[in-house]
Amino acid sequence: MHMADALIAPAVAGTMYAACAAAATYSVKKVRLENDMKKIPVMGVMSAFVFATQMINFSIPGTGSSGHLCGGLLLSILLGPYAGFLSMISVLVIQCLLFADGGLLALGSNIWNMAFYGCFVGYLLIYRPMVKKSMKPGRIILACVLGSIISLQLGAFSVTLETLISGITALSFGQFLMLMQPIHLAIGTLEGLITAAVVIFVNNTRPELLENYTAKNRVGFKQTLVVLSAVAVLIGGGLSLVASSNPDGLEWSIQKMTGNTEVAPESEFTGAVKAAEGIQEKTAVLPDYAFTDSDSVLGTSISGILGSALVAFICIGCAVLFKFFKKRDNSGGKL
Amino acid sequence: MGKLTNAVYEIHVLDEMAERDTGINQVHPLVKLIVTVVYITCAVSFDKYNLLGLLPFLIYPLILFELAGISIKSCIKKLKVVLPLVCFIGLFNPVFDHTPLFKIGNIIITGGIISMVTLIMKGTYALMASFLLVATTGIEKICYALKLLHLPSIIVTQILLTYRYITVLLSEANAVFQAYSLRAPRENGVKYKIWGSLIGQLLFRSMDRAGNLYDSMLLRGFQGEFYYARSQKGSGSDYVYLFSWLGIFIALRLINITGYLKVFF
Repeated sequence: MHMADALIAPAVAGTMYAACAAAATYSVKKVRLENDMKKIPVMGVMSAFVFATQMINFSIPGTGSSGHLCGGLLLSILLGPYAGFLSMISVLVIQCLLFADGGLLALGSNIWNMAFYGCFVGYLLIYRPMVKKSMKPGRIILACVLGSIISLQLGAFSVTLETLISGITALSFGQFLMLMQPIHLAIGTLEGLITAAVVIFVNNTRPELLENYTAKNRVGFKQTLVVLSAVAVLIGGGLSLVASSNPDGLEWSIQKMTGNTEVAPESEFTGAVKAAEGIQEKTAVLPDYAFTDSDSVLGTSISGILGSALVAFICIGCAVLFKFFKKRDNSGGKL
Repeated sequence: MGKLTNAVYEIHVLDEMAERDTGINQVHPLVKLIVTVVYITCAVSFDKYNLLGLLPFLIYPLILFELAGISIKSCIKKLKVVLPLVCFIGLFNPVFDHTPLFKIGNIIITGGIISMVTLIMKGTYALMASFLLVATTGIEKICYALKLLHLPSIIVTQILLTYRYITVLLSEANAVFQAYSLRAPRENGVKYKIWGSLIGQLLFRSMDRAGNLYDSMLLRGFQGEFYYARSQKGSGSDYVYLFSWLGIFIALRLINITGYLKVFF
């Protein structure tokens, strides 16, 4: 999944560097807060360990072929998500500089696609909540496989998005997606199974190595919010650029029936409809998902990000209100 | 196992190249890092059909290979890592992009063909520039440059520690894998039944090694900061090197040199 420099435009590379810098700064802060000096050499040696194990081939049962470990999820399980993320950065930097595996300009994208999703989505949002209650082998296998598959699917999706936005390929979004996602489903499953085999072995032999980070803390609201916001910005700001201009499902159905995407022609609009349309035109900040009187693609991205933020704000607001009224009910109306 | 031994060998070769005493090796690491990043950025920023604009950018790697005394062959074999994905994506361009651009005899050259060639050239240029940076600077000095750019010391220390322990752990992984291969000669990779125990054993050894490493670092006065490279001040020649290359890259990016040269032919 390592992207070469040729596959990315400088603007996209810069954006991905900025996103990684934010995640790395937060991780550095969290690791410093732990104030565990012993962790520094452990992280370094673990990165080298992951690098070395990436080069060992594992036979895939029943296929005659083999695959290898990527290591983002394993590093997070052993070191925690923040230290795991920083360790993965060093693995990717070394791979880029020494082995030309991934470009210097594309390093930000590669860190995001391979380290961010594995450490913060695969581990923090999937693996950790799943093994919180028990560390039974079945549960570990399920958590590792699910965590790896989702991380790799998101990573492959990001590669597709970044390459398409960079204007590198003549493939359409759908065609590129069909080339990337299925193969990474297989890779994700294998990665999950290898990770699970190692975690089960460690859990049976030296469980103290896993105790610090598993079955301990719930994923905090702030952490969830940060990860979801990052994904929303990527999808809202980036994916919106390659959104289809074809009519959506409802408009398509109307078009099939009436020959037009509108239910009725503008001349047949009643006074109320016209008034409502006038209000909408005056109040809409980003009409048709763009800046007023502008065709800039930036407008589409801003609309995506702003829309996501607004929906999140409304949902969180509703949840806070719901919690407030529930509390009041439980305390018999007394606050 | 060939892959593991090759990796150790490649690291040693790059280390030896970086320790040589050529003029390019003496240039300040931060200057070389900036020049490399600007070069790659300028090269990949060309439009997918602008093959002619991209051609003059070959001047930088060619001059540097010559000045550093490095054989271009040592870099070419690294292309096998970069080119498969680039070609995989680029090969679809001639299939889907039929925009006719020009004719050579009776053959119509489409936009897809040009964009595929441009993509491969961009990949090759970027690879050569990164390779030259590492081969003339070395990881320790690159880390020093990153420190000057105010990258958090935890990240810089991690990169350095990983780099130092890669050869040790690659050799250890090689020993483990060779021992396994000798006992299971017909297996294509490690059998699934021992995935956990094989990697797990390697993991425990690494963890124990990390413990020993921490103890030895403490004995040497480690207090969270890792000192690794002598500080190096930028000299006049560093500035000349920096601004000359930046000037050339910006000129090549903004002026269509190939277009002017066409007049003479």
